[in-house]
Amino acid sequence: MRSVINRKTLALPYVIFMILFVIFPLIVILYYGFTNGSGHLSFANFAAFFGSRRTVGTLLYSVVIAVITTLVCLLIAYPTAYILAKGAFCRKHGFLMVFVMPMWINFTLRITALKEILSLVEGNLAMHPFFNTIFCMVYDFLPFMIMPLFNSLTKLDKSYIEASADLGATFPQTLRKVILPLSVPGIVSGVTMVFLPAMTNYVVLDMVYNSTYIMGSLIGSYFSSYDWNNGAVISAILLMLIGLFTLMTGRLAAEKGGGRR
Amino acid sequence: MSENNVLIQMKDLTRTFEDDGTTIVKDFSLDVNRGEFVTFLGPSGCGKTTILRMLGGFDKPTTGSIILDGKDITKLPPNERPINTVFQKYALFPHLNVYDNIAFGLKLKGLSKEEMKKKVSDALEVVDLEGFEKRNISTLSGGQQQRIAIARAIVNEPQVLLLDEPLSALDYKMRKEMQLELKSMHKQLGITFIFVTHDQEEALTMSDKIVVMSNGHIQQVGTPEEIYNEPANVFVADFIGESNIFNGTMADFRKARFADAIFDCVDDFEKGTKIDAVIRPEDVEVVEPGKGQINGSVTSADFKGTFYITFVQCGQYEMEVHCLKQFKEGQEVGLYVQPDNIHIIPYDNTINHFEGVLGGITGGLLHVEFADIKWDIDPLAVYPDAVVSDDHISDKSGNVIETEGVKVMAYIPPEEFAMSDDVNEGDASGQIVSFYYIGDHYSYTIRSKAEFDYIADDEYLWNQDDIVSVKADPSKAVFKIIK
Repeated sequence: MRSVINRKTLALPYVIFMILFVIFPLIVILYYGFTNGSGHLSFANFAAFFGSRRTVGTLLYSVVIAVITTLVCLLIAYPTAYILAKGAFCRKHGFLMVFVMPMWINFTLRITALKEILSLVEGNLAMHPFFNTIFCMVYDFLPFMIMPLFNSLTKLDKSYIEASADLGATFPQTLRKVILPLSVPGIVSGVTMVFLPAMTNYVVLDMVYNSTYIMGSLIGSYFSSYDWNNGAVISAILLMLIGLFTLMTGRLAAEKGGGRR
Repeated sequence: MSENNVLIQMKDLTRTFEDDGTTIVKDFSLDVNRGEFVTFLGPSGCGKTTILRMLGGFDKPTTGSIILDGKDITKLPPNERPINTVFQKYALFPHLNVYDNIAFGLKLKGLSKEEMKKKVSDALEVVDLEGFEKRNISTLSGGQQQRIAIARAIVNEPQVLLLDEPLSALDYKMRKEMQLELKSMHKQLGITFIFVTHDQEEALTMSDKIVVMSNGHIQQVGTPEEIYNEPANVFVADFIGESNIFNGTMADFRKARFADAIFDCVDDFEKGTKIDAVIRPEDVEVVEPGKGQINGSVTSADFKGTFYITFVQCGQYEMEVHCLKQFKEGQEVGLYVQPDNIHIIPYDNTINHFEGVLGGITGGLLHVEFADIKWDIDPLAVYPDAVVSDDHISDKSGNVIETEGVKVMAYIPPEEFAMSDDVNEGDASGQIVSFYYIGDHYSYTIRSKAEFDYIADDEYLWNQDDIVSVKADPSKAVFKIIK
């Protein structure tokens, strides 16, 4: 018997949603990005972005902040996730919860609280704006790094670590030759989950740094002055950069984790 | 054998887990000779894998020591031991190909490329997988992964190779094949193999020496033939192969009475000694009724390829017989067992005995505590000649006997322990850790939280791990004062 509702009809709401809220906005962004004010195809916005010191500088600055945030997160999260996943805790999920709990608190509230603490310690926030930015970003994004690492390290069978030791490897050697390569999928998803939002985040900078030297605020500033074309082209450039990054890390994960399952 | 032939000495190894206080290995001592193929055999949870892990360095004994070639390696980490392991699930590194997996240990030693290549291809030749260097681990079958895991271990030329149930994941035919191959590899390499399995057939096929274990203790050490033909106790007899086990007594010189009959046997024990008789099903001959030692009627006969598993009911006892001829259900037969096929084990091995302490006298009863049990008993059971009053006892000449703190041994026959599933009902309660069938009833070993073992006989079938209580009539227990 043929049913009226088949799989295709079930997918319909999602297709409509995707078209309305993903595909269509993307087309709008690309349209505005590569047209001028009068609606003619133009690469002038594109050229203007890479021609201006201010905009390229902002892009580089965003990348630098995102890279440092990601690295610091990784350095803190990896040992933490390893200890949580492989240590002899009887309530490791409880411990994990403690690390993830800040996410339950409103984002701006968290930053405001952090700001108060930092100004209490440092006296004047303007003294270390860069450090403060990184500090707040790391605090914010750490759970997103810990979760995927924890998951991938929990799945890592203890017998691989034992086999490595059995074959004569010291712990640092095992870490380098076995644990790190086998947790690459976790590292990749952690890095993706921290790097991408860190790159476009502007709330932290806005609140801690009072700076517009970051991509998110740049786009915001164009849009709020109704300059759709320049705002859109920066969004499109960001989109392409992120797309490229995702492609690269995805390939890395497939290569390293590919031998498994 | 000479002293320096011993490669590994395990001395009084005990492993207790801190979190719940359970002891998985207790006072385990064993010597392993150079080049031997030793198998640890026992049911799951008997501690065999824990011992292997202690040898590999993945687990440290709570007390005791491991000596390898005269050197104490008890506290050495795994990477500093000349020992390699073949893991149960192989643990081949999925991110490396076959070559890099096998060369893993060699690279750490800093061997040259040429040397490494030579050794890897030699190791692959040993396991019959020449030319597999470039293959990805995920493209290999279970049997091939098994061989690569062995190659990865032996390429390091260890003094000892540990194998943790390495064949359990393979199908029946593959397992048979690998058993023979492992045995020939052992001959070819001359390395000491320590093999862990719960499969008695595997152990009998491959080993030079079998160590039968249960509950963290060695039950018997011997060659496959010794273990099979001369089991040291009922546990070994029941675990290795099929067995008919009967309780009985020695009726006369080389005559044993069990299953309501008298059998000639070749083991010498004093007349009246309580015994267990073990008879292998293949050693029982089916004869004309009246021509054997006992008669019975066939209750079932199932074809098993090369023989029939035939059950014969003889009065209240049941005998398993493996025979080539098919008998009809209900057919009356006689059963005959050659004297040298009856293996007699003194029954003392399985009687409950506990060390305890006496207390004072109240209401004419003597307080005694042993294992988990606290009883108030008739003082005459301990002091047969005493004169009992309400709060003390005295000897014949009127001197008061001090009972407080006197050490005693309590003996309770297994048949006196009644089992119940009401845990508050009995004298003690615990979990059934093992059981076997003895002719007309089951013998259970019940372990309490405080790690005391109670042996109880019951005609009903309980399950492994059931929580039960045991209760005995104090008047059926025997007490002896320890001097």
